[in-house]
This record gives sequence, structure tokens and C-alpha cells, in this order.
Amino acid sequence: MYRAEAENIIVVKDLVKKFGSFIANDHLSFEVKKGEIFGFLGANGAGKTTAIKILCGLSYPTSGSLNVGGFDIYREREKIKKNIGYMSQKFSLYDDLTVFENIRFYAGIYGLRRKVIEERASGLMEKLDMKEARDMLIRDIPLGWKQKLAFSVAIIHNPKIVFLDEPTGGVDPVTRRQFWDMIFEASREGITVFVTTHYMDEAEYCDRVSIMVDGKIAALDTPEKLKSIYGASSMNEVFLKLARIKVE
Amino acid sequence: MKRFLGFVVKEFYHIFRDYRTLLILFGLPAIQLLLFGFVITNEIKNAKIAILDQSRDEVTRRISEKVLSSGYFILEKNLRSSGEIGQVFRQGNVKLVLIFGPDFAKNLDKTGNAKVQIIGDASDPNTANILVNYIQGILSNYIISLNAEKIPLQIIPEVRMLYNGQMKGVYMMVPGLMAMLLMLISALMTSLSITKEKELGTMELLLVSPLKPVQIIIGKVFPYVFLAFADACIIIILGNTVFGVPVVGSVALLLAESFLFICMALSLGILISTITNSQQIAMMISLVALMLPTILLSGFIFPVENMPLVLQWFCHIMPPKYFITIIKSIMLQGNGFRHIAFETGILAGFTLLFIFISVKKFRIRLA
Repeated sequence: MYRAEAENIIVVKDLVKKFGSFIANDHLSFEVKKGEIFGFLGANGAGKTTAIKILCGLSYPTSGSLNVGGFDIYREREKIKKNIGYMSQKFSLYDDLTVFENIRFYAGIYGLRRKVIEERASGLMEKLDMKEARDMLIRDIPLGWKQKLAFSVAIIHNPKIVFLDEPTGGVDPVTRRQFWDMIFEASREGITVFVTTHYMDEAEYCDRVSIMVDGKIAALDTPEKLKSIYGASSMNEVFLKLARIKVE
Repeated sequence: MKRFLGFVVKEFYHIFRDYRTLLILFGLPAIQLLLFGFVITNEIKNAKIAILDQSRDEVTRRISEKVLSSGYFILEKNLRSSGEIGQVFRQGNVKLVLIFGPDFAKNLDKTGNAKVQIIGDASDPNTANILVNYIQGILSNYIISLNAEKIPLQIIPEVRMLYNGQMKGVYMMVPGLMAMLLMLISALMTSLSITKEKELGTMELLLVSPLKPVQIIIGKVFPYVFLAFADACIIIILGNTVFGVPVVGSVALLLAESFLFICMALSLGILISTITNSQQIAMMISLVALMLPTILLSGFIFPVENMPLVLQWFCHIMPPKYFITIIKSIMLQGNGFRHIAFETGILAGFTLLFIFISVKKFRIRLA
């Protein structure tokens, strides 16, 4: 839920990331409000993943000031880590561990106590309707389940922010829709969602979206505003218009 | 600490659920030791030979008897003419042909100069060399026994082989195998298990979590310290019970040195995993860049002293070489720490060096 008066939970000013002479992120500046679903859009290679990695602490920025969850990204990295969750496009779970063991492991590395882990795990399996899969190996469960589980695991420690890097790659539209229901639910519980995607229909679900073109933010607003500004009927059209400006 | 333990438990799940890993961890040492111990040996027994005796007298018969009763040779064929020599080699069974010249006994008696020719099959040079040496030994023994009273001046060496009295090849194999297998398990398995996390994308999740990179790396290699250590024990025990290779020196010192070598190999494994993100490349580097030098350049099979100077320099930067020296020193010679302090220092130095480079590399990768 986007409220202009809500506090900023991510503040990025003049973020620059260079790889040699290639500029992946060219002076990005934006704020994300607490509790909103912030869509981070862009074509492949526009610099989305680079930016999300910097925000998660997986990579250092070349320059710029960044504040995540109220903590400075240079000085308070450890505090940031405790307050964020991350899910990559690979749905990274361990194939040779069971569903429960994966949950226990990820909850464990965030320092959750055994009793809490047991509770959350059973609550989770109830919610996902996966109770009978508790002791199945990850390699034996369907992709859609894996994806839902990966998301649930990413927010098992109740982070302030969850970063989702193309979380819906390779799954069918129905599963994608169900996945977005989970995102809405997390958002309702107060978790800020920062999501990258290149499915433009998903952009419509976001409270606000930023569209990256060539390492720069070309547009940033609510989907409705963007559509009216660019005289488009869908986010897909907005995106194509922005991309065309760039080509010209 | 609790987080770390959870991490280690997860690692053990990975290892024990993968039967291939288990096979490499515990099947490989046993199989390798048995193979190397029984199959690879420099001693040659029952080599097939042919004899062309052109004189057929008492002396040649006695020499032939000595040769055939030595245990090293079996008579495949008595040749009748020199024309058969080429043929008998081409058939491939015969490794050596012994030819006595005509009128052997007569010449020996009258001129003191009888002719005997030894022809070896040098398509396998080592074997040919060893067989020729055996025959020469038998011949000179015979001459000495013949002239025992006639020659007043004789030098008869009394040879004693220390530390491995029966010259068993397996005494050499056990230290070499320890080095090879500990290297394989520690370096290969850790580099594989770390690159696997990178391939799966789980490494990113771990790095995003509050776990520190150091905890992640130590958590990943921790189980392998145990397993490699268990393997070292298996090799020592098997070597002792099956092949009778003794541990003359201190067992505790031997285990401590093995532990140091394991740490060295583990840090090398970590270094490999910082270089590459793919399991396949990690495997190639481990196998080609680590195993071959360990086998070839460590003095395990081929003596370092015989190599060209440039290769000898390479040998000196191979950690396994020092480890093999250390275990041989402890196991066979029973030396204490004082004698292996230098080698121990070098292994410790390598360990620190590899860790230092890994940490540097890790930082660069993150930036």
C-alpha cells in the first residue's frame, strides 16, 4: 500500500555502479515507502539485478548514498542483513533437503529459535496446503510449490523489506497469479516488497513502478499515473513508449 | 554459534544423501590403497624368457638352472637358432632372451672368456632394465662362486636396506596415497560443494543472510575436515593390517601432520572455488592441476632427483611432496618433530598463503 506520507524505508541517492567502463547504474535516485509494493522494471540488461544486488549487500556501489531499512549500506551492513529477505529467480532451495529441512535451515541462519521454527513451519505448510509434502525432497515437488516455498522462506524471519529478483520466471500464469496473492498478503502484513520483473501485467499489481532504461530511471510513479502521462491503456504500452524514446 | 551448527548439520545432510559423494569419500581410499598396494609394484616375478643355448654343456645348463630357479623367470621356450629370436619377441610373451655362445664351457675354461648375450624387450624399458639386472646378478654370482678360491682380492658388499627391509613397494604407496587422497577429498570436495551453492543460487541467499562469509566458508569445509581425517585413519589402518606398513613414530604426530595437510588442501579448495563459479571447472582444476602434480611431481612414484632441473623446481612448490616426506619420516623412520619441522613450516606457510589469496579474491568478487 503506497501512502505518500509514509516513512521512507529505502532511500537511494545518486547510486552509480560501474564495471570497468560500463555503467550499469547511472545516478539512480528513488525512495521506497514503508509497506508499498515497489516494482522495479526494465528490459534485460537495464541494470535491475545490479541495483537489487547492491541494495541487498551482495555487491558494493561505486558511489552514491544508500539507506535500507533505516541503516546505512556502507556502515550498517550487518543490521541491514537481519532486516531484509531475498529471493532470486532461481528459487534457491536445496534439492537434497526436504521441505521442512529447508525451512528449518533458512530460519536457523536468521537465528530463529527451534520452537518458533516448528510453529512457523507448520503454519506455513498449512497455509501453502503442503502438509503432506513436509518430508518430501525439494527435487520431488513441482516448480510452483518450490516458488511459493522459496518466497515463504525469504520472509520467514519477518523482515522489514523483501527483495524479489524476477520471482515469477518460468512459471505458468495461474501460478504467477497465486504467487502475487502471496505478495499482497505479505504487503498487508507490513512487509515492504521490492520486486523486479519484466512481465508488464505484473507491473499493474505494484503500488508504484520505476522503469529503468539503459541504467537510468526513465519513469517512476503509480501505474495509473504512468498510463495517463504516456496516454497508454496498459503498462506494456507505457514500457514500449519509453523504450522507443530511448531508441530515437 | 547455533546458526553455524545448523549450517554444519545441513552440510552433513548434503554429504550423506549423495551416495556418489559417500563413495568417493569412503570407497575411493580403500579401493585405491588395495589397487596401488597389490597391482602397482616394481618387483617382477615369473617373467617369461627364452634361452638359446648354442653350446649345451654342463656350465650353461647350470647357469640356466640358476636363472630359472631364481623365481623371477619362467622358461617359455628353448630356441634352436638365432632366427627364432625375432619371432619369439614378436609373439609378445617373452620378455627376454638369454643366448650362450658356442663352446661356452670350453672357452671359459681355456681363455677365461665365454660369451653370453642378453636381449631384452625394451618396448617396456623399466621391465627390460630390471630383468637384465636380475640376470647379470645371477651371472656374476655364478662367476664368484666358481672362482671363490682362485681370486684373492674380492669386494663383497653386505647390503642392508633400512626402514623397509623387504623393499616392499607398498611402503612407498601408503604415504603417497595419503597425500593424494587427502588432497582429492579436501580440495576437490570443498571446491565442488562451494561452487554447487553458487550454481544453485543459494550462495546469494547465504550472503544476504546475517551469516558472515567466514562462517559460510568454515561451515562448508568443516565436515570435510572430519571426513578427510577419517580417511587418513582408514588408510593408515588398512596399510597396517593388510600390507603390514608400520607406524614406527608417534601416531599423534602423524595425525597432527595429516590435519595440517588437510587444512592446506581445504584452503586450496576454497581458493579454487573463489576462482570459478562452476562445478565442472572446479573439478577440472582439482583433477588436472592438483592430482597430476601430486602423483607425478611429489616423489610419490618417480624420484624427484631424476627429473630435469626445471621440473625439480616445480616439485619444490608442490605441497604434497613435503607431506610425503613428513609421513615417511614418521611412519617408516620413526622420527620426531625436530626432523620434520622444516617441512611442517612449509605446509603451514602454504596454508596461510592460500587463505590469504582466497580472502583477497573473495573481497574483489564482492566489490
